[in-house]
Amino acid sequence: MKNIKSRLNQKPIDRRDFLKLMGAGTGSAILAGCTRPEADNKHDSNNGITGEMTYRTNSSTGDKVSLLGYGCMRLPTSSNESARDSDIQIDQEAVNRSVDYALEHGVNYFDTSPAYCKGASEHAMGIALSRHPRDSYFIATKLSNFAPQTWSRERSIEMYRNSLRELQTDYIDYMLLHGIGMDGMEAYNGRYEDNGIRKFLEDERAAGHIRNLGFSYHGDIKVFDHLLALHDSGEAHWDFVQIQLNYVDWLHAKEINPRNTNAKYLYNELDKRGISVVIMEPLLGGRLASIADGLAAQMKERRPDDSIASWAFRYAGSPERVLTVLSGMTYMEHLQDNLHTYSPLDPVTDDELAFLNRITTLMLEYPTVPCTDCKYCMPCPYGLDIPAIFAHYNKCLNEGRVATDSRDPKYAKARREFLIGYDRSVPKLRQASHCINCGACLSHCPQGIQIPNQLSRIDRYVEQLKQTPS
Amino acid sequence: MLRRLRKVLAVISIVAVTLLFFDFTGTSRHLWGWMARIQFMPALLALNLAVLIGLLITTLLLGRVYCSVVCPLGILQDTINRISIRFSSRIKRKSGRFHYTPEHRTLRIIFLILFFAGIIAGMTSIAALIAPYSAYGRIISQLGIPVYDAANNVLADIAQANDSYAFYHVEQPAFNWPLFIVAIVTLAVVGIMAWLGGRTYCNTVCPVGTILGYISKFALLRPEINTDTCNNCGRCARNCKASCIDPKAHKIDYTRCVACFDCMENCSTGALTYRLRTKTESKPNDVKHVDASRRNFISMATILAGAAAASAEDKIVDGGLAPIAEKKAPTRKSPIAPPGARSVAHLRQHCTACQLCISACPNDVLRPSAELDSFMQPVVGYERGYCRPECTECSSICPDGAIHPITAAEKSSTSIGYAVVDADSCLSVSMGESCGNCARHCPAGAISMIEVTRNGKKRTMPYVNGYCIGCGACENLCPVRPLSAIHVEGREIHTTL
Repeated sequence: MKNIKSRLNQKPIDRRDFLKLMGAGTGSAILAGCTRPEADNKHDSNNGITGEMTYRTNSSTGDKVSLLGYGCMRLPTSSNESARDSDIQIDQEAVNRSVDYALEHGVNYFDTSPAYCKGASEHAMGIALSRHPRDSYFIATKLSNFAPQTWSRERSIEMYRNSLRELQTDYIDYMLLHGIGMDGMEAYNGRYEDNGIRKFLEDERAAGHIRNLGFSYHGDIKVFDHLLALHDSGEAHWDFVQIQLNYVDWLHAKEINPRNTNAKYLYNELDKRGISVVIMEPLLGGRLASIADGLAAQMKERRPDDSIASWAFRYAGSPERVLTVLSGMTYMEHLQDNLHTYSPLDPVTDDELAFLNRITTLMLEYPTVPCTDCKYCMPCPYGLDIPAIFAHYNKCLNEGRVATDSRDPKYAKARREFLIGYDRSVPKLRQASHCINCGACLSHCPQGIQIPNQLSRIDRYVEQLKQTPS
Repeated sequence: MLRRLRKVLAVISIVAVTLLFFDFTGTSRHLWGWMARIQFMPALLALNLAVLIGLLITTLLLGRVYCSVVCPLGILQDTINRISIRFSSRIKRKSGRFHYTPEHRTLRIIFLILFFAGIIAGMTSIAALIAPYSAYGRIISQLGIPVYDAANNVLADIAQANDSYAFYHVEQPAFNWPLFIVAIVTLAVVGIMAWLGGRTYCNTVCPVGTILGYISKFALLRPEINTDTCNNCGRCARNCKASCIDPKAHKIDYTRCVACFDCMENCSTGALTYRLRTKTESKPNDVKHVDASRRNFISMATILAGAAAASAEDKIVDGGLAPIAEKKAPTRKSPIAPPGARSVAHLRQHCTACQLCISACPNDVLRPSAELDSFMQPVVGYERGYCRPECTECSSICPDGAIHPITAAEKSSTSIGYAVVDADSCLSVSMGESCGNCARHCPAGAISMIEVTRNGKKRTMPYVNGYCIGCGACENLCPVRPLSAIHVEGREIHTTL
């Protein structure tokens, strides 16, 4: 606790800065206080959605964009599981239902990519969205030419044209250079500069086929700074930029991942230039939706009716320059919970901000693996299910089911549950013991996780559990 | 009264022995694993004198009660017989459906000779084909366990859906056609014999029944017919599932009587009683026990085919799982016997192929052999798992002394095989990967990655030192599929490091 207080005392400016950014924090809290009783009345009849969706205006084109953006990287599958096995098909019916429901409740921003869901996301979204008037929603997609064999101008343009075909449209509302900063300047130049693709996309914007051009950023800060420098010099113009922002990454990005940069810096740089900001990873890959039990209880004490995830969404949606907050919603429950959070947004207060800072400090003391389940590391050439291994380990840590001392009275139960749960979550052949340390995953991880090292750490823990019965 | 006692004991006995096979958690084995050890055939192969003398004394005192309350196959036949009565005509149900038949002595002796010939020739697995406990183990492990495991996995699904850890998934044993067919045939033969003729199998085929039968001729207590009170109704004979009562002669063939007491229950005049013997019989028939001789097991040496190395796929999109090819068993020059077996020959000679160790193995290492010289006996393979350092399940359950009890510490210094590297298919050598998964996972620390120069390129390659215990961690975790680049060759005689 001493640690938290000293941190808070050391950096009061950060908090104030943040409050300024998000406008009248306390004012809206009072407003929220007034609207709450009414909200409760409506609660039963409308799945907890209490009022109108909050909208933000794009400074570049004046689009009124819903604060909740629909992320299409984790679409539901027919087996009711997240899309991991190659033979699992996307459940188009469920996608259609979710899209209809989202549109009906004011969501109008849909973010996809040629890489998502093993390449099936755009196609599914094209089917679902084309059933509605084209001017009732905004489509965001990306030029996901990660693999060096797709760096050529021809292959990249083909990827862009294919996106239009799959999405059944002749224009893209929001087009992104995908994941710049991954693999540094060299990859950026190879993917977008040397082949003239950035110029090509700018021409497409001029021709009206792309309404907004921007980029999503992970990793090397040099590339981010370089692209903003191009913007400053007038050589490029970015209508929007997509960054990773959540209450952990605001000031502690480096502690989660040494390659990342604090969201505060990224946001401020964009805000200074008046560039609209799209938020990804508001939940830090779901980790802020399933935090340690003790911390979750504190959140529930403060806002018993709200989900744990809603805290992260309210945080990410509070800064005024944020255009939309993306959430990869697999199930209707996710969608309804998020609609509840943003209809309308109840911005985080001064007091809540301090509270979230305390939560963050406590969270960082847990040695979880900062995996966001983005699956960019997959497929692992040796068949491992990397995100599932990390998810199981993190889940057990968060739920207090990791014990190392066999004399601990809780050891037997923790051991049994960890090992049984491990076999349930990850088939034996795809477990950490099969990692051969080839490192093929390393360059793909936007979070910069030392995947082989972490897998080896988990494998050693499993081995220790197996060899030491209580 | 006696009959009821027999039935209660029989039910407890068959349930307990069957649970030994089903219980993959190992709990029951620690509590009543001894129930497998008091079976005749395992005790004979283990030369477990205490049990053998105990069985001899019991039989000399009480007759063949072993066949009625200890032998699971005998109890299974009684159960089938009971069901068949339900399906027979009303008259038969009331008055009994059996009749006296003379003993097929020649057949009994032939089967007994075949049985011992099998053991002496080192073909214990062939002898085990007609041994009752092995036959029961075969039926349960091939036909019962898959059903039991499937039911467990349904419960595990339910538990998982409710976030409970009360049940967990188990892997189904690998399906094997020949073994499945042998189990089906065993069940069919025993089942049909029991359905039609009660204890025909026990009194014609079963070598244990024959041995105990000729001993029980001298039993102190036995059912006897009091000719003074007998009214010659013949009901006892019609209800004798061993068909051993000759009502006209008022004689009982004690070599075939399994002391089930059904006759006494059915006698309306109380002429049949279980009592001290009153008449002496003819001379005893000697039953010889001969020690089995050792046999060499040298199968054809085959050269390992170069395995195709797994190659990394180009990553274009996120998500998905790379397909994993199933591991194939390498052709081993010598088979591997589990720790505690001491040598391959020892296992071959003492194992009754009851399948108990196979159903106990939590790591999917033991499986029934399909080879003729070791049919149904356990063989070690590392395609689905490896012999984990903390596990001693098979050695703690084996009733035959084929796998002697061993502690985890003893196991860690017992070498059952040695790892062999196929440099051509090893990823580190052929593709220059910094794999080393075998070295990382060797529980004995016997593998290190050394630098070599192959085709002018500097590469690393696993080097196996003399501390290899043959546990198969390297073979199981080797990324090269379907044939691992490192595999274990068995030691015919285990060595202590």
